[in-house]
Amino acid sequence: MDIVVCVKQVPDTAADRKLKPSDATLDRASVDGLINEIDEYAIEEGLQIAEAQREAGADAEVTILTMGPEKAAESIRKALSMGADQAVHLLDDGLAGSDALSTSYALAQVLRQIGFDLVICGSESTDARMGVMAAMLAERLDVPQVTLASKVDTDGSVIRIRRVSDDGYHEVEAQLPAVISVVEKINEPRYPSFKGIMAAKKKPVRTLTLADAGIDAAAVGLAGAATEVVDFAQRPPRQAGVIVKDEGDGGVKVADFLAAQKFI
Amino acid sequence: MAEILVLAEHAGGEVKKVTCELITLARRFGEPAVVLAGAGAAQGQQRCAEFGAARVYTASDAVFDEYVVAPTAELLAQLVRDKAPALVLIAGTAEGKEIAARLAVKTDSGLLTDAVDLTPDSEGKPVAEQSIFGGATVVHSRVTRGTPIVAVRPHAVAPEPASGAAELSPVSLAAAVGGAKITGRVVAQRSDRPDLTEASIVVSGGRGTGGAEGFGVIEQLADALGAAVGASRAVTDAGWYPHQFQVGQTGKTVSPQLYMAIGISGAIQHRAGMQTSKTIIAVNKDPEAPIFELADFGVVGDLFKVVPQLIDEIGRRKQI
Repeated sequence: MDIVVCVKQVPDTAADRKLKPSDATLDRASVDGLINEIDEYAIEEGLQIAEAQREAGADAEVTILTMGPEKAAESIRKALSMGADQAVHLLDDGLAGSDALSTSYALAQVLRQIGFDLVICGSESTDARMGVMAAMLAERLDVPQVTLASKVDTDGSVIRIRRVSDDGYHEVEAQLPAVISVVEKINEPRYPSFKGIMAAKKKPVRTLTLADAGIDAAAVGLAGAATEVVDFAQRPPRQAGVIVKDEGDGGVKVADFLAAQKFI
Repeated sequence: MAEILVLAEHAGGEVKKVTCELITLARRFGEPAVVLAGAGAAQGQQRCAEFGAARVYTASDAVFDEYVVAPTAELLAQLVRDKAPALVLIAGTAEGKEIAARLAVKTDSGLLTDAVDLTPDSEGKPVAEQSIFGGATVVHSRVTRGTPIVAVRPHAVAPEPASGAAELSPVSLAAAVGGAKITGRVVAQRSDRPDLTEASIVVSGGRGTGGAEGFGVIEQLADALGAAVGASRAVTDAGWYPHQFQVGQTGKTVSPQLYMAIGISGAIQHRAGMQTSKTIIAVNKDPEAPIFELADFGVVGDLFKVVPQLIDEIGRRKQI
């Protein structure tokens, strides 16, 4: 079973994230990058499915796929040290500024080339927070979209998940190959072991350029984007509110505030 | 006048508030045409008329409820091709964004998500306002290719009634669409409280509630205010309250008129999900808690003293 986990390197959410004034794209250089948090759950799920397949006597391999600047190699190393077998890094300056639509095109081209039975994504990234990549990939690859999974089961030919809904979950099933996305509730990602970190250094990482992956350079990057930023600004800080210490009448003071604002 | 497609969120024809908001928004750009897909579609007509829908496309085939997202996206793509709308508006829920994503690929159109407002530029084209990086940066963006598709956050605008003809126009899929099949629906917890993302007041509890038992006071306060209940990630990770009520970076994003953060410190993870709320009240025993930087009104104190007193006070004032 060929499992491909899509991983995005994102700026640390604890850092001061900014757009670049020159082209309104994310400033990735000035802050530390790390694996998008939910992608670690996607990696963990991929590893668990592969382990279960191997226990059942089937072959299984987990490939990490990332698109991003050279720095994204750090996230690849982390994923490999968790236990993934190999990685593909789509790395080309022509990709800078791609929007979700063109990113999904580029990733789909690579996925077609490397082949897959199961593609696993995190439900959304902490930087753009669009939550669209798995759906876009399923549409482009013309395979079932089995997304927002809080639980996954597969026997290698059919996949069954719990898809989170507003009031609980839906039971969903599809034939492989498929694209799935996972939410953080699904598992507890493992920490890389010392052995895993050492082993990761020897694992194969293939770097692909646009030409290698058969990607039309005009369809990606800032020029290929179907959206543009008109302007952006730091949100003015909220006006400082009134903070009081509870002197035994804290509840009454909140009620006074609510009444003054016409909430009660 | 150009048609503006609005994909309705509904349960058996009961149209959700966010859809009324989207119809209101659509009126800024042209004639709203609402798409109702799935069981009970035609029952939604009346509500759409009350908010100014000129037309209602209904597709009540069972396929829309049987498969994940794909049939609805295909129906919209078909309408985009046939009707050439100037804009497509979809609710910015997790599922709405997935539908928008597939529609964008099908029609090679630009997609903007999480719009908190949408206004016409000098040529009448939509410009979306988005709030990114946990609300720290405000961005205005527009679509430069194809039919603009915008996923709009609930509460972006107040729904304003207006009369519309809501002319009924049944449609159906031209080709079979399948994909991932929905084989069951499980309701984890039924409650009479409003939907978390739709509610105009949200009362959220955090680590300070100390456990599932302590969280009861959050539910009591929510019920006193007719509010939805939310929870921080610490609470849902610990299993004190169900996961689907989590507000934050990895949970739901809410933008109610009033957000009450009780026993929540206000880490970036949480702030990203509630920062655009109109009015914020915080109760926390730690005066240094970052949530107080956002609060319009805050009380430094023990939530188990402040909140019960507040509930009593709300009850007392209701009687007067």
